[in-house]
Amino acid sequence: MSPSTSEAPTARIEEIIAEHRHLEGPMLPIFHALQEEFDHVPEAALAPIADALNLTRAEVHGVMSFYHDFRKAPPGRHVVKICRAEACQSMGSEALAARALEKAGLDWHATSPDGRVTVEPVYCLGLCACAPAAMVGDKLHARLNEARLDKILAEARS
Amino acid sequence: MSMKIYVPADAAARALGADAVAAAVTAEAKARGLDVTLVRNGTRGMIWLEPLLEVETETGRTGFGPVTAEDVPALFDAAFGDHALALGPVEQIPYFAKQTRLTFARCGLIDPLSLEDYEAHGGLSGLRRALDMDRDGIVQEVTDSGLRGRGGAGFPTGIKWNTVKDAEAPQKYIVCNADEGDSGTFADRMIMEGDPFTLIEGMAIAGLGVGATKGYVYLRSEYPDAIRVMTEAVRRARVFGLLGDSVLGSAHAFDMEIRSGAGAYVCGEETSLLNSLEGKRGIVRAKPPLPALEGFLGRPTVVNNVISLATVPVIFEKGAEHYRDFGLGRSRGTIPLQIAGNVKYGGLFETAFGMPLGEIVEEIGGGTASGRPVKAVQVGGPLGAYLPVHQFDTPFGYEEFDGQKALIGHAGLVVFDDTADMLAMARFAMEFCAIESCGKCTPCRIGAVRGVETLDRIGRGDGGAVEILTDLCDTMTDGSLCALGGFTPYPVMSALRHFPEEFSVSRKVAAE
Ligand SMILES: Cc1cc2nc3c(=O)[nH]c(=O)nc-3n(C[C@H](O)[C@H](O)[C@H](O)COP(=O)(O)O)c2cc1C
Ligand code: SF4
Ligand code: FES
Ligand code: FES
Repeated sequence: MSPSTSEAPTARIEEIIAEHRHLEGPMLPIFHALQEEFDHVPEAALAPIADALNLTRAEVHGVMSFYHDFRKAPPGRHVVKICRAEACQSMGSEALAARALEKAGLDWHATSPDGRVTVEPVYCLGLCACAPAAMVGDKLHARLNEARLDKILAEARS
Repeated sequence: MSMKIYVPADAAARALGADAVAAAVTAEAKARGLDVTLVRNGTRGMIWLEPLLEVETETGRTGFGPVTAEDVPALFDAAFGDHALALGPVEQIPYFAKQTRLTFARCGLIDPLSLEDYEAHGGLSGLRRALDMDRDGIVQEVTDSGLRGRGGAGFPTGIKWNTVKDAEAPQKYIVCNADEGDSGTFADRMIMEGDPFTLIEGMAIAGLGVGATKGYVYLRSEYPDAIRVMTEAVRRARVFGLLGDSVLGSAHAFDMEIRSGAGAYVCGEETSLLNSLEGKRGIVRAKPPLPALEGFLGRPTVVNNVISLATVPVIFEKGAEHYRDFGLGRSRGTIPLQIAGNVKYGGLFETAFGMPLGEIVEEIGGGTASGRPVKAVQVGGPLGAYLPVHQFDTPFGYEEFDGQKALIGHAGLVVFDDTADMLAMARFAMEFCAIESCGKCTPCRIGAVRGVETLDRIGRGDGGAVEILTDLCDTMTDGSLCALGGFTPYPVMSALRHFPEEFSVSRKVAAE
């Protein structure tokens, strides 16, 4: 089980804040470290971050919500990011993704009911010379076709 | 018998199966009791040949590609000689041989994290030369090289450095823009993964030149491999004494950190990037003040693209004149073209400025991957224009593209075949702007949403909406603070200008 928002241990949150607060511009490194640890940025972290950085909780929340990366809740166990930018489009990524998502009964930004997989769009993975591309966790996939994308989604759900 | 085999660890090579190939090489060598040294190099940039396995021979490195793990036993059987995947000497493959590799000279050649390899191939000689020069001399050298910012705007790097050099402040910074968000671009990623010390050396020289002792690399989170390699390279550079209180034993200090972006395209804009680095929302700042005078934490800051900074070492190694002698008009030196999308030979091609677009696409790139005719090429990312075939004689240069109502941006080229739907591409440009807008100005934030709606109307056959679209683009061009809102009209209007039939009333009829 991923820890839910309320269960995120305060002690660990404080530790992560303490590890990074000496940096110049510590906010994003703190968010990244929290997300690395908890798969999301726990709401319980906002007030202690605000305290540590001399900001209001609303300011901290405002920063967090600006960025696509930071999550309010844990995603599915596997996050599949499918590239929707131009180079991938030129190789048919839009139709490919639409078909695969329909087949899997998933939508962009949605998590499967069993909590196994979340599908998100991404705008370029730097694999534009071997498009279409996708990323599962940190693992990259290129030159996708129907079979390969189906396989990636199936593996993520198994 | 001892043997040296190279299998790239570049993200593109890995996405195409290089890790499995590397594992197969290790396993096969063990099974056969052979003494094999496996090096995970960067990529040479010939992405259609990845995974490209190379073997060191007495006459240089020979290549095999694209290799799968299943091919590996047969390659051993053939003693890496005669095999269907044999490509011969790697540097004689025409795509590679035709290039002028200055910035990317070591990429794919060396072990990216070996400072020994780095030095053996010319690394650190630029920095050593810079250590013997004063600040004015260093900045003058960059100015003389004619280097212009490779992040998109093409601003002369020497002039920017000079402003920071002359600013008085207790602390100055070098910030490397590694946000590389443009579709069709991967040069920054490739060099950070394949030759990270070049970027570190370039930043150290920048620090010496302007009097900055601290640097940051703002690296997009979509590049976990590059983040890992750069972080390790910085660690090794500290141990080696390239970074720290005494750069290569000199009286100069310079250190740096790697910071992750967080998925916002607009954070590639330099002032948005600085806000993000400071821990704020990535909202664009009004200029002035210039970041060169009031940048990171309000201090004088050089913000330069990865390729701009990674080109500095070779300028110092070979001299400003050597670099400046390549190129065309006011576009001096070389440019790492990134040939991408629906193209047969996709990859990185570093060459002097001036090559006509058509030659890049048709001869170097080999036309489309689908084998269909080329319809258009989007150059310069999501804010760049679509250039149709009749503009293919345009030489690759800043002013030359400007003259065609286009831009070279970060030099990414995305090729489309004749099945491309230009109205859909125009719609995507607006949609992307709407998703990524920082929200500061109305023409961008609201205009892009209106743009999507208007293009949908046109798509439904409402030809009258074309005029509304044109007006909207004018408003975005004139009323946006940064190039996200200001340049989104480039792809939109170029699609409309060159393919008007796809925006006309008859469109729907033709499609049916
Ligand atoms: C929306 C937007 C996104 C940008 N993205 C990048 C980027 O990803 N990388 C980059 O180097 N420059 C990017 N730029 C350009 C930077 O604002 C800036 O000009 C550049 O970092 C300066 O470095 P240079 O002179 O070495 O090119 C972007 C600009 C805009 C308006
Ligand atoms: S043009 Fe768009 S992205 Fe740029 S400052 Fe204005 S609202 Fe922000
Ligand atoms: S556009 Fe999809 S990887 Fe670059
Ligand atoms: S320049 Fe392309 S249609 Fe006129």
